[in-house]
Amino acid sequence: MSVEDSKRKTQIVQDFQSKMDYDELLNCMRCGFCLPSCPTYIETGGDEAASPRGRIALMKAVVDGKMEPDKDFEDQLSLCLGCRACEPACPSGVKYGHLLEEARDILQAKKKHSLPVKFVRRFFFDQVFPHQNRMRTLNSLMWFYQKSGVQKLARATNMTRIAGKNMSTMEKVLPAIPSPLKMKNRPEHIEAEGAVKKKVAFFSGCLMDTVFMETNDATLYLLKKANCEVVIPQTQNCCGALHAHSGEKDTAKELAKKNIEAFEEGDFDYIISNAGGCGALLVEYDYLLKEEPVWKDRAKAFSDKVMDITEILYDAGLPEMELDPQVVTYQDSCHLRNVMRTAAAPRKLLQSIKGVTYMEMKEADQCCGSAGTYNIIEQEMSMQILDHKMANVEKTEAATIVTANPGCLLQMKAGVEREGKRDSMRAVHIVDLLAEAVKYGEKSLQKA
Amino acid sequence: MLNKEVRGKLEKIVGRENLLDSQQDLIVYSYDATPDYQALPDAVIKPRHKEDVAEIVKVCNEYKVPVVPRGSATNLCAGTTPLEGGLVMLFNYMKDIIEIDEENLTVTVQPGVITLDMIKAVEEKGLFYPPDPSSMKISTIGGNINECSGGLRGLKYGVTRDYVIGIEFVMPDGSIVKTGGKLAKDVAGYDLTRLMVGSEGTLGIITEATLKLIPVPETKKTMLALYDSLEAAGNTVSKIISNRIIPATLEFLDQPTIQVVEDFANIGLPTEAGAILLIEQDGPEEVVERDIQRMAEICEETNALSVQIAQSPEEGEALTSARRSALSALARLKPTTILEDATVPRSKIAEMVKAIEEIADKYNVKICTFGHAGDGNLHPTCMTDARNRDEMQRVEQAFEDIFAKAIDMGGTITGEHGVGVMKSPYLSWKVGEAGVEAMRAIKQAFDPNNIMNPGKVFAKDARKRVVVQR
Repeated sequence: MSVEDSKRKTQIVQDFQSKMDYDELLNCMRCGFCLPSCPTYIETGGDEAASPRGRIALMKAVVDGKMEPDKDFEDQLSLCLGCRACEPACPSGVKYGHLLEEARDILQAKKKHSLPVKFVRRFFFDQVFPHQNRMRTLNSLMWFYQKSGVQKLARATNMTRIAGKNMSTMEKVLPAIPSPLKMKNRPEHIEAEGAVKKKVAFFSGCLMDTVFMETNDATLYLLKKANCEVVIPQTQNCCGALHAHSGEKDTAKELAKKNIEAFEEGDFDYIISNAGGCGALLVEYDYLLKEEPVWKDRAKAFSDKVMDITEILYDAGLPEMELDPQVVTYQDSCHLRNVMRTAAAPRKLLQSIKGVTYMEMKEADQCCGSAGTYNIIEQEMSMQILDHKMANVEKTEAATIVTANPGCLLQMKAGVEREGKRDSMRAVHIVDLLAEAVKYGEKSLQKA
Repeated sequence: MLNKEVRGKLEKIVGRENLLDSQQDLIVYSYDATPDYQALPDAVIKPRHKEDVAEIVKVCNEYKVPVVPRGSATNLCAGTTPLEGGLVMLFNYMKDIIEIDEENLTVTVQPGVITLDMIKAVEEKGLFYPPDPSSMKISTIGGNINECSGGLRGLKYGVTRDYVIGIEFVMPDGSIVKTGGKLAKDVAGYDLTRLMVGSEGTLGIITEATLKLIPVPETKKTMLALYDSLEAAGNTVSKIISNRIIPATLEFLDQPTIQVVEDFANIGLPTEAGAILLIEQDGPEEVVERDIQRMAEICEETNALSVQIAQSPEEGEALTSARRSALSALARLKPTTILEDATVPRSKIAEMVKAIEEIADKYNVKICTFGHAGDGNLHPTCMTDARNRDEMQRVEQAFEDIFAKAIDMGGTITGEHGVGVMKSPYLSWKVGEAGVEAMRAIKQAFDPNNIMNPGKVFAKDARKRVVVQR
């Protein structure tokens, strides 16, 4: 071991000792109730080290000075999806997600990335995601790529495969990027269709307001139909979830503060999110900023208002929905289910669509393997999990797989692609399907 | 660390990928669900079949390397903590349900199968395996047999030992023994099957088991009775039993336990009640109706504040699964949760509950109590902090008093968790010196080199401690 390496390890141990919440580590009483809920424990055939109980024991061993933070340790924490399915399963209420994030943050700060990786991380985490105008610019390039014929050429010449099989599949399943002009002219305010039932603010998100802009439009359409008056604060930005989960906590905090400021003005009861991954961080801004006295209460006021789109739609009520007869299944967004604890509303909404036969898939509550940047960093495990997921999807004979988060959506689309089922199966975001069903319902009504 | 020679031999048996000894592997196989116990093994091994097990054990016997068989490490007596190092043996490859015999009503399994997976598989065939330890979603049958696990249905249906009718196990010298079979009657020699059940991995390694099944009860009903005190609930229990009713489940929880369980499960438990009884009856519909009705009357006669009958099987299931989370949910209150399972004749339940409260006051420690009221198996659980050594001493003294009290009442130091290390200093209190010597003689005959899960069941004289380990 080089001197530098050993210095780094000593520093990590010191950081673990000063920063990890020891009470929370002790709170795990090792009963093992989390084991059956953990996708990596299951996929590894029951490797204790790849379980929440095991990972907590490892973190504690580092704090206790009983283990040096070696490569195995870092790899093991990287292998964790961060899906947090262990949290609802934990009777002791251990906040595993917080422990994981803290640990990853320490390791990340002490990490020596290779130059290209460093460049990519700094470029995306610092230069792109935090700046909505740059998100638009980057997506405009993507739009050019898709529209100009470069995409065709790249696919025909197999150029896309250079980036790896996964990325090549991902490239295929990306939706059509909206034109630069459309991305620039976003609404600020939407009136309710009838008498106002609820006043809400919409958290538009960075990816959702560019790559998935149509889903955001569908969200606003549905809110209008549900008689919600919507404001869309223009100074908001990326939620910071990808940063927080990748050990870039400081940037996440900065983004959180900007969002809190952006949503402090205005007359509304809820802050609506349509991406489970974003929503889960938004509801935990108070935890993220717990050590900053000036921000703690403001963060709490913000977090208390955050609600998933399906909850408000279910609560406020939508006009009658209808679709062509089809079997539909729902894949939970882990963070929506395990952190925001929203699981019933999306299912009830889907079941209320005329023409839809809802089939619950086995293990719908288990991660699809997307998990933020996981499907890029841990490709092998991600695809193993996805293949199991698709086997469960197929058993439902569903034509439509519904998701509630952009990462999950792309992953499920990739799953459809991998299975070669593009002609008989589709993956959609829940609001897109609901908007489709509301429009269809209106048409049927007119016909009648 | 294993010496090179042993390592080489073991690697040859299972292959390099199935012998683990990285820092990480040693840490994660150094504990079970017992608080304050941890010890690193020298290596972790994953046999693929019984022949591997036999070969491994032979090597261990030759080189005197300890072997600790481990299921999912959910036990509460430090039974799978490798206190003397050696090998931790995993059964990840040996988890098959070999056969469900619908003619003889038996199931034959490998030790690594998860209890609930097996229960579900037999239920699909209309058959029933009653032992249901709270950890059944995670625990393995091998672990259940080694600890003779109980569960919520013990009162009416008995415990693991009442369902194990045949075992295949590897002796410490590597020979393979088969006991019992798909037989209702079998008196051919000593009952080694019963000896192996609850032997805590100290006599041999179980590689296969045949379990008895019964028909699935036709119906089931669940009800909840509220009381202002645990003692009042205890009176109901005694009266139900003396009225010759044997419910499938008769569980109780005290107020703090109700509170934490509700915090976790959110099913609308009455958090203001001093105690609750969870009662379940199963069987033919008319019997279930009659018993539930009668028990509801008894509850009211014995001063229950209210009695509610679950409206659907799902509602009943939510109640029982919430009860299963009780121990882990209590861990919300304090960093360290120490659970015991002193058991008394069921007529003494109210008296024992009172004694526990007095003992907790005497030593100024916080003890919550829940458990299997119907079979006298209590779970006094102490909320403490392992870092507070002074309090830990008092906790230990309190538990000593509880054990002594239980034995005075004709009870035992452990009803279903096993002796392991936790209760080994008290074993002689229950079985007497002569009893311990008889057990030692059996151990010596089976395992002369003391390689099978050493340090368990039998206390070393020097360490007469239950929770404090130095």
